[in-house]
Amino acid sequence: MPDKMHVKLTVNGEAQEFLAEPRELLIYALRERLNLTGPHVGCDTSHCGACTVIVDGKTVKSCTLFVAQANGAEITTIEGLGSPDDLSPLQRAFREHHGLQCGFCTPGMITRATKLLEENPTPTEEEVRFGMAGNLCRCTGYQNIVKSILAAAAEINAAKEAAE
Amino acid sequence: MIPAPFEYYRPREMAAVLALLAEHGDEARVMAGGHSLIPMMKLRMAEVPHLIDLQDVEGLSGITVSGGEIRLGAMVTQAEIIDSKELAQAAPILREAALQIADPQVRAMGTVGGNVANGDPGNDMPGLMQCLGARFTLVGPEGEREVAARDFYEAAYMTERDDDEVLTAVAFAVPEGGYAYEKQKRKIGDYATAAAAVQIRREGASCAAASIAMTNLSDTPVWSEAAAEALVGTELGPEAIEAAVTAMLAEIDPSEDNRGPVEFKRHAAVVILRRAIARAWSRA
Ligand SMILES: Cc1cc2nc3c(=O)[nH]c(=O)nc-3n(C[C@H](O)[C@H](O)[C@H](O)COP(=O)(O)OP(=O)(O)OC[C@H]3O[C@@H](n4cnc5c(N)ncnc54)[C@H](O)[C@@H]3O)c2cc1C
Ligand code: FES
Ligand code: FES
Repeated sequence: MPDKMHVKLTVNGEAQEFLAEPRELLIYALRERLNLTGPHVGCDTSHCGACTVIVDGKTVKSCTLFVAQANGAEITTIEGLGSPDDLSPLQRAFREHHGLQCGFCTPGMITRATKLLEENPTPTEEEVRFGMAGNLCRCTGYQNIVKSILAAAAEINAAKEAAE
Repeated sequence: MIPAPFEYYRPREMAAVLALLAEHGDEARVMAGGHSLIPMMKLRMAEVPHLIDLQDVEGLSGITVSGGEIRLGAMVTQAEIIDSKELAQAAPILREAALQIADPQVRAMGTVGGNVANGDPGNDMPGLMQCLGARFTLVGPEGEREVAARDFYEAAYMTERDDDEVLTAVAFAVPEGGYAYEKQKRKIGDYATAAAAVQIRREGASCAAASIAMTNLSDTPVWSEAAAEALVGTELGPEAIEAAVTAMLAEIDPSEDNRGPVEFKRHAAVVILRRAIARAWSRA
């Protein structure tokens, strides 16, 4: 049996250290070791995006990344994007525009959308749909997810303008 | 799904990668983005007792365009291809193809080296690289060698690369003329039911040169010299296009699977190739 390895991660700004087998998938390290149960395991086959987290600035599917690969990385999960009394603009928009029903896909959706709006602060509807293609939702039919993301983009841009 | 246990290595130098490959033989494998390999390991369809992560190895990154040549380090991701302004200008077919691979999260991890080394007939980059006449650089215990993309693929998952070699770069001449990458897929993020990579150079009213490669219609990509030749010297009228399509059909050998029966795939191949030729010509 190969040895466990010493893993160091910075997760939502906090340093974390633990011993793990290299084959442990990042999603399980986050959920089961660090109790960050926002990112979900939906398909476990790299398709649904429910497990999406940000690793060193990239949105990735954490069911398809060994914890060994992420060793040394900075990771942000949905827990690091906002909190119940301080929702992020995207979280607020999803609530206001019914961007969720059961909520299972939502952490992955909002994490991916956060990165999408960083890359492209003024997306068209089509760009939102294309940029969110790695996240599946079984409930909403996507209409309200797209609406929520466009609303959040508008709000973020208005706030930026007001600040200038 | 949990893969079988493995020893994990993350060397910084190619010499260390080659030493590990020599030491562990076919028990060792390199990993690039892991987005073909990890799913296979999770399904236990691949067992890799010694896994060598290439992410820190020097000399495998970067896109360079100079002196009429384009070089992509093996670890260049599909996302980097899409974001490269230089590449979009010098070889826009790469961006067009990369945008049709998987989804944003997968493209953030999947690399050009992994895509062409994998040997899965469903991968889009092998056919594309055959269309472009690319060369793959391999490094092994005996040093470096170059293999043409058109000679690289032997059968599904069987390539010209030896087990103790690593693919370090993909290089090709800046392509000329019009281009198109057309892909028929069941849904976004799916592998191709049929795909075609086409480059066409035009002189005056007629076609001066052409290159055509098809994806997922055989156990290797199909670069069809005969299909391209059917276009050269013509003005791409209906007869020339029909001749190219007929030549392509004689060379593909699709098999039935969950993307459909053989006849359907042959039909899709025709539709896709016609579209790709028309679009490449309109841009030539
Ligand atoms: C949901 C999903 C959808 C996808 N859809 C598509 C699609 O439509 N089209 C498409 O083309 N691909 C698709 N892919 C595959 C994706 O593009 C892969 O990332 C890519 O094929 C392999 O690149 P990688 O860097 O992840 O390689 P890895 O998974 O790390 O490696 C793949 C294989 O290549 C070998 N290898 C990797 N790098 C090297 C190297 N430098 N030298 C020698 N051997 C090497 C490995 O040992 C392994 O056997 C999809 C993947 C997923 C998860
Ligand atoms: S659980 Fe990772 S993509 Fe579905
Ligand atoms: S809200 Fe239920 S899966 Fe998206």
